[in-house]
Amino acid sequence: MPTLKRVIATIVIVIALVLVNAFMSKEGLFGFGIGAYPADVLMTLTINIILAVSLNLITGFTGQFSIGHAGFMAIGAYSSAYLVVYHAQFWERSLSGTVGSTVAHALIFLVAIAFGCLVAALAGLLVGIPSLRLRGDYLAIVTLGFAEIIRIVILNIDKVGGATGFSVPGYSNFIWVGGFAIISIVIVHNIIHSDIGRALVSIREDELAAEAMGINTTRYKVLAFVISSALAGLAGVLFGHYRQFLSTNDFQFIRSFEVIIMIVLGGMGSLTGAVLGAIVITIMPELLRKLPGDFSRYRLVVYAAMLIIIILTRPQGILGTREFSLSWLKRARKRPEGAQVVGGTSGVSIAEQGPPSAIDKEKDRENL
Amino acid sequence: MDTFVQQLINGLTIGAIYALLALGYTMVYGILRLINFAHGDIYMVGAFVGYFMAYQLGFATGPSLVGLSVVLVGSMIAAALVGMAIERFAYRPLRKYARMTTLIAAIGVSLLIENSFVARLGAAPRAFPQLLREQSYTLFGNAAISKSQILIFAVSIALMLLLQWVIFKTKVGTAMRAVSFNLNSAKLMGINTDFIISFTFALGSALAAAGGVLTAQYNPQIDPLMGILTGLKAFVAAVLGGIGNIPGAVLGGLLIGIAETFVVGYGQNVGIPSTFRDAVAFAILILVLLVRPSGLLGSTVQEKV
Repeated sequence: MPTLKRVIATIVIVIALVLVNAFMSKEGLFGFGIGAYPADVLMTLTINIILAVSLNLITGFTGQFSIGHAGFMAIGAYSSAYLVVYHAQFWERSLSGTVGSTVAHALIFLVAIAFGCLVAALAGLLVGIPSLRLRGDYLAIVTLGFAEIIRIVILNIDKVGGATGFSVPGYSNFIWVGGFAIISIVIVHNIIHSDIGRALVSIREDELAAEAMGINTTRYKVLAFVISSALAGLAGVLFGHYRQFLSTNDFQFIRSFEVIIMIVLGGMGSLTGAVLGAIVITIMPELLRKLPGDFSRYRLVVYAAMLIIIILTRPQGILGTREFSLSWLKRARKRPEGAQVVGGTSGVSIAEQGPPSAIDKEKDRENL
Repeated sequence: MDTFVQQLINGLTIGAIYALLALGYTMVYGILRLINFAHGDIYMVGAFVGYFMAYQLGFATGPSLVGLSVVLVGSMIAAALVGMAIERFAYRPLRKYARMTTLIAAIGVSLLIENSFVARLGAAPRAFPQLLREQSYTLFGNAAISKSQILIFAVSIALMLLLQWVIFKTKVGTAMRAVSFNLNSAKLMGINTDFIISFTFALGSALAAAGGVLTAQYNPQIDPLMGILTGLKAFVAAVLGGIGNIPGAVLGGLLIGIAETFVVGYGQNVGIPSTFRDAVAFAILILVLLVRPSGLLGSTVQEKV
């Protein structure tokens, strides 16, 4: 993209973020605005997008099945909250004098975000190096185990509230959350379109073949895992500072499951799919609150049933490994008769075609 | 020494329950390479079926051996049917797709069962009726073993021996082993693989339900979410022993049960708070997998191209 286009895009995004943020505020924008509840859903949704996009890097593109995302999110949230609660007051006082309180808040929050990401990345490195030797489901259960251990350890640290929870100053608003969501999407997009991304996809498709081609698979797997953890930590920081209260119950393994559901539902190995999955999984249970009368009691039952129905009707995910793009519309308009060209089957991966022996392939790998 | 024996007995009791559940995980994994996340909920369903049977059939009024056996067998049959239905409607249509897809279906089924039970019965724990006259026997020293603990040991050992017999001595068992080795080849040899998979789910679910009813005798409180953590730890036990390996599942279950009880009992002495009870299963798992990547009894895989 030419530089000018890039600059314009950035400016448009920033203006859009500021406008949306104003829309979500109590006063609204010129009297128009959305209520506190839709604003809350939108915030949660945006944080979920960061989570889904980051997990997609390691699970969707690299093919390493991790169920520990909630753990890294917790690390990011708690470490940044610790920093802000115990160290920020002093900085705030000294900074406010020189640059004003708004800038001071922004600077402190940036430092908190950087710190949260860094600690989560370090945790990712510590967990990743030994775990990524394991394959498939063993890796899944070990990451799940690490996440639960992280949660229980945090639960036993009194300095961050332990079981009673931890109050956090609320620095984040939609400009921060939306901005970082876009930054995460751009980061992951750039990674998967670089040579690192090609290496990661080759590991997903066939790890042995990738290694034979000279790819240092361990290094790339750990790299993807660390980046993914850092972004999960980022989501955690934003989550903590938005909610202004942290409880380890927010980081139970069901949360990791939720993120996995998002990426599988949206289409594993599709960036736009992850975003779409995050939207569906966040909005669906909220819409079900509108069920009439007594049915609202069965909200979560209907939610689970719909989840099963979606996965039964679109087993490869809503988008599969394809990416949603505006060119679909363009091409459709140019060649109305060539409907089959749109998102044609040429790019369908083997995983998506689903050979009848997907289970046997796994078994053969073990039996050989 | 007395407390040590006591802790050991208590640990083995919990471990036996984990083992019963782990067997279901390991059999399903062996055949479909699927982590059946709904398995812990089957255990809960088993306990609840037992609860309602006890009340409906009038066994709740007083302890009786007949009542206990009827409730135990009845809930095992009911859970077997539930397990088969889940496999038929949620997993079978997805068999030819990537394994991750079936996993999401399993999580969906698990949420469906939990949420339906919470919506219908409420999340509050219920007291399971006592079907066994509780009594404690003193072993050597001051260590005691209760009747419900003896029941757990007796029933779980009997069920495990029965399972061993089914798998290694019967025709269905041979077919199960063939399917777990290679599904398509087994089909080519004329094995009705759909039936075998159904049968495996029925077996695993029945064992889980037995675990549910037995737990409810030992610790008479049941609630719709009781299966989540227990199920997860049982899965950890299956992986610890080497997933797909039947004796491994039992070994893993017992080890985790003992480790948990010891953390609660002795953890304080070495500075581990008892709240780490739920983390210890995972910690052991991670340590073991770092040394033996396929679990304690799992065969090490040498990959070839």
